[in-house]
Amino acid sequence: MKSQEIIERCSEIYTDMDFGYIKDWRARTGGGAIGILPIYFPKEVIHAAGVLPVEVYGGGDMVDIVKGDSYYQSYICHMPRSIIDLGLSGKLDVLDGLICPFTCDVVRNFSGVYKLLFPDKYSRFFDQPQNFDPDIGGEYMISQLKEVIAFLEEKGKKVTTERLNESIGLYNENRALIRKLYDMRSQKPWQVPSHEVYLLMRAGNIIEVSEHNNFLREYMVTVEELERKPLDNIRVLIIGAFCEQPPLNLVKVMELSGCYIVDDDFILGNRYLDQDVEIGENPLKALVDGYLKSNVPSSCRFEEYKAKEEKLIKLVKERNVEGVVFACASFCDPALQDIPNYQKKLDEKGVRYMSFQYSEDTSQFSLIREQIGTFTDSVKLWGA
Amino acid sequence: MVAKERNYDVGKDEAMLAEKVIMASYLQKLESAKKEGKKVCYTFVPGSLIELLHCFDIVPVWPEVLGLQMGLRKISDDYIEVAENAGYSDDICSYVKSSVGMFLKGNIGPYGNKIPEPDFLFLVNSQCFTFMKWWEILRKTFNCPIVTINLPYRHHGITTKDEIKYGVKQIEKVVIPQLEEMTGIKFDMDRLKGELALSREMEEDVASIFQAGKNIPCPVDGLFQALYYIGPINTYFRGTQEGVDFYKLVRKVVEKRVAAGEGPMTPFGKMKEQKYRLAVDCGITWDHFKEYSKIFYDEGAITVASTYTKVGGLYHSTEFSHDPDEPFESMIRQNMTNYANHTIEDRIKIMEHYINDYHCDGYMIGSIKSCKSFSAGLLTMMNELEKRTGISGAFFEMDMMDSRYFSEANVRTRIDSYLRMIDAKRKGA
Repeated sequence: MKSQEIIERCSEIYTDMDFGYIKDWRARTGGGAIGILPIYFPKEVIHAAGVLPVEVYGGGDMVDIVKGDSYYQSYICHMPRSIIDLGLSGKLDVLDGLICPFTCDVVRNFSGVYKLLFPDKYSRFFDQPQNFDPDIGGEYMISQLKEVIAFLEEKGKKVTTERLNESIGLYNENRALIRKLYDMRSQKPWQVPSHEVYLLMRAGNIIEVSEHNNFLREYMVTVEELERKPLDNIRVLIIGAFCEQPPLNLVKVMELSGCYIVDDDFILGNRYLDQDVEIGENPLKALVDGYLKSNVPSSCRFEEYKAKEEKLIKLVKERNVEGVVFACASFCDPALQDIPNYQKKLDEKGVRYMSFQYSEDTSQFSLIREQIGTFTDSVKLWGA
Repeated sequence: MVAKERNYDVGKDEAMLAEKVIMASYLQKLESAKKEGKKVCYTFVPGSLIELLHCFDIVPVWPEVLGLQMGLRKISDDYIEVAENAGYSDDICSYVKSSVGMFLKGNIGPYGNKIPEPDFLFLVNSQCFTFMKWWEILRKTFNCPIVTINLPYRHHGITTKDEIKYGVKQIEKVVIPQLEEMTGIKFDMDRLKGELALSREMEEDVASIFQAGKNIPCPVDGLFQALYYIGPINTYFRGTQEGVDFYKLVRKVVEKRVAAGEGPMTPFGKMKEQKYRLAVDCGITWDHFKEYSKIFYDEGAITVASTYTKVGGLYHSTEFSHDPDEPFESMIRQNMTNYANHTIEDRIKIMEHYINDYHCDGYMIGSIKSCKSFSAGLLTMMNELEKRTGISGAFFEMDMMDSRYFSEANVRTRIDSYLRMIDAKRKGA
């Protein structure tokens, strides 16, 4: 497929709130499907059971929240509301359940709300450890994964060492392709625009991983065939958007306002491992070790000794970033609490930044466009 | 802003006055700690491993407690404003902002004295995710070591063997070695067991005090008065003889009131008639504590049980008491059963227990704007409680110490309407 066809297909998948892809996949394979909220859960484990892992990010700007608002006060973010709306309208019937990693207190409590509202569905809170010793946190994480595997094996196939290694192989390839895509975008952001990367990543939350790998490979080859000219944009890093996602149009607005997004923390669930997971005799332990050793900075991971701020500066240098945009979902505790120290570090290093908040269904962009446009102009005029 | 001078002894009973004395003794210990070569750590009320800290002669500071004191003295807005000016969002936890604000104001606490800076931070994040973020912020603020125990969320509805093992391993392999190194004191299991025995004794008395709320009339206000009573067990004095003695006194005071058929003392005098018995979930505002409690007093509404008083542990029951025969295991178990570490289902069951077994006429749910750990899911809880008990609840919103989010008129109207509804039901019955 050519890059434009791939992006169109990704767009169809992204906007399809009836989740036709999942229905087709289930009918085709006879397999089940399990939703995962962001961020930290190894999808390989689900895949190895022959079950489709689906990363659930809410309804975005494609769902009018009607019932979901009655479950949450105004000062709670949007994502749980739209997921409830999707659930109550029957659209999430395609999933056999939801796994909720400990991203924040809202998601933690959401696992209980979901369980009450949908008692026939599997609801599992997943407490990824914040102790990173393999003998302590690692052992605990393995015990939790085994509990989830017990359920998955009832739904699907036995998670054997072979099957798990095979799934790890596919997801290692997926992560490598995503890293390559991100590098490619950083090198030629006009050739690989961020709204296309975003669509590829959002589709990757839903489709089976080997299909996604094909999309990524083909896209990266065929997008080079297009004639796209560089623009007078500044290179920015987006940070804070790791859970409730911005709507696609907001990503486009950022680009139209003079930004080349050369790195971001969108959809971290696909990218929280920065190295290959070892394939071998103990793949479950290898997956857990991958999580424990991950160096990818995140507001949802306790930092031991290496400050997130230093990692941010390293990324700024590696990607030749001219400005940082803190774009976080309204009321997002983890992101909002990290911002002041990030900004303090950027001040020390003389890196310009700006910040704004959004919700997944933000549809009025003029103010954000003004803010970003002013920011990009200021960087261009007075230097990074 | 200067705290208003008030006579804080008005409307306090013998036990509440004793609470002031015991807490003052803690402040003296804190003041002399560093001079005596003791280490000072900052830690939390939920997830307090105070007995273990005592074994190393560590004197803790509880920034949450300082925060609530700022609220009670009506100066919390100052601290919050300072933190917001430094970039902390108006949407994040007010406790976090109060402690950041305190640091930015030279670590001057709510009573105008300088609070000792921590030698280390002790993070036990069993209450909420924000605790982890808060201590990350303070670590950068104070540039000191951090000792961590990650306690799981009680998502199974019970504390599993794997969860206990995870917690115990962290105590044995992470916490104790680090505390030994920092303090130069060798860990003494016998000392810990001695403390845990005292904790258990204290917890029996505290359970009895809370359960006294089942009496008609209710001898202790399960929210406004109980918040005074739980100060010592939630902070320095669990595991100490002074703490045991204090709760023996409180229990005696409460039992005397039960025998006399009396209600509690309030800042406004004794409540003449307890017209409404209520359970309250969440629902605390420190900076308008008196105004908020007056609303209840004016209506003759007594809180017979509350959940905010269980932030340090489900002390209305001895089910999760400390146990010197299982020292580490019982510490993990107890610390995992602070109220906010329960699932939505389990919180509903706790409220159901209060509503049914404490003979409630109704219940109120006070959502705290900046606390997602308590507040996210409350509306679902309320719907479910109504289905299970057949009783509707009242819902109102506030913040624990940010006065911008408390409207006395709004809360009074909500409570007034709710109680009129109870009146109407009574007439109809």
